[in-house]
Amino acid sequence: MNINLTLIGQAIAFAGFVWFCMKFVWPPLIAAMRERQATIAEGLAAAEKSAQAEEEAKAEADTILAEARNQAAEIVSQAQKRGNDIVEDAKKTATSESDRLKVSAQAELEQEVVSARESLRQQVSAVAVSGAEKILKREVDANAHASILDDLIAKI
Amino acid sequence: MANPESGHGEGVTASEYIQHHLQNLTFGNHPENGWSIAHGAAEAKQMGFWAIHLDSMFWSILLGSIFCFVFWLGAKKAHAGIPGALQNFCEMMVDFVDGSVKDTFHGKNELIAPLALTIAVWVFLMNLMDLVPVDFIPEFAKRVLGIEYMKVVPTTDVNVTLGMSLSVFALIIYYSLKVKGAKGFLAELTLQPFSSDNKIIKYAFVPVNLLLEGVGLIAKPISLALRLFGNLYAGELIFILIALLPFYLQWALSIPWAIFHILVIVLQAFIFMMLTIVYLTMAHEHH
Repeated sequence: MNINLTLIGQAIAFAGFVWFCMKFVWPPLIAAMRERQATIAEGLAAAEKSAQAEEEAKAEADTILAEARNQAAEIVSQAQKRGNDIVEDAKKTATSESDRLKVSAQAELEQEVVSARESLRQQVSAVAVSGAEKILKREVDANAHASILDDLIAKI
Repeated sequence: MANPESGHGEGVTASEYIQHHLQNLTFGNHPENGWSIAHGAAEAKQMGFWAIHLDSMFWSILLGSIFCFVFWLGAKKAHAGIPGALQNFCEMMVDFVDGSVKDTFHGKNELIAPLALTIAVWVFLMNLMDLVPVDFIPEFAKRVLGIEYMKVVPTTDVNVTLGMSLSVFALIIYYSLKVKGAKGFLAELTLQPFSSDNKIIKYAFVPVNLLLEGVGLIAKPISLALRLFGNLYAGELIFILIALLPFYLQWALSIPWAIFHILVIVLQAFIFMMLTIVYLTMAHEHH
């Protein structure tokens, strides 16, 4: 319990250790800690920012998607309409074509009838001439009597 | 009477055993023997002030060097990335001390925080020597190294604690003068707590105030030193008393006391650090 030089020695040692700590221990450690703190704060801020950006991007994607859906629906309805139009057109064309065909067929038929009647008349005239020949029992000059025959044919 | 079963040899009484354990290895200027190592308490006393406790100095400097070395290793490669185990430990200590300083001291001072860290860890390490069984190192020193006296807990030496607290006291005075100026510091010592608007009464209070504040100021380093010393000295003494029991019974008391003492060791280191911060904060504050 004697007070002696140990007191001074301890004070000197104390000063030395405090100096060492102040010079070589405290500054690097506290600097590293501050730097890490700053890095973590930056990281957190960046994470928050990117989360916000993601939300915005999501919202944008949603609007684009909705627009695309609308467009698609519009295109489908247009196509349907166009399809209907085409079918309608085709129907009209077919109807007119069939009408035209009908008309031409009728005309042909009529012509056929006319030509048939003509040939029939000629045949009948021939039959009449041969009949007359037989009746007259003599040779009749067809050419000489053509006017008479034609008259006859016209009466059939 | 010494218990022969406690293993301290024949012919050593209990009080001799205790006194032997409480005697520092003192090197000093003896009036008759000159500069020599003291043989016993009487010779150490005769040396007076011009003597040094070799054991206290050795252990305190060794432990302080361990503190510096370990923290230097941790600080040397300190980086802001993922810290290693040692850096992590150092950073935890630094963070804890930094938090304690920032809670109390709000000025700008490059010294207080490293000072507090040094006190906390160094005092803790010196206190920790109390948990080494009381006879291990002294017996080793005596039988192997031939050193008669060996006190291994530096904080059970009042010189060590006073040396630290007087250093803190010097810092208190230094910062008081630096921050408040000689006039401000003197005013703080003489014009409070009793004060008056009347000039005559004001100066009549000066002696009373000086006495009160002077005692308060002087009490700071004394209480700081004696609190640490007293706690550790008492703890050490109880370990020595337990060591007087038969060796097969000692564990029954020494283990509970050691476990309890862990609290004391940490707490006293923390109190010394915290009070140093508080005192230096007070030195920085204007009243």
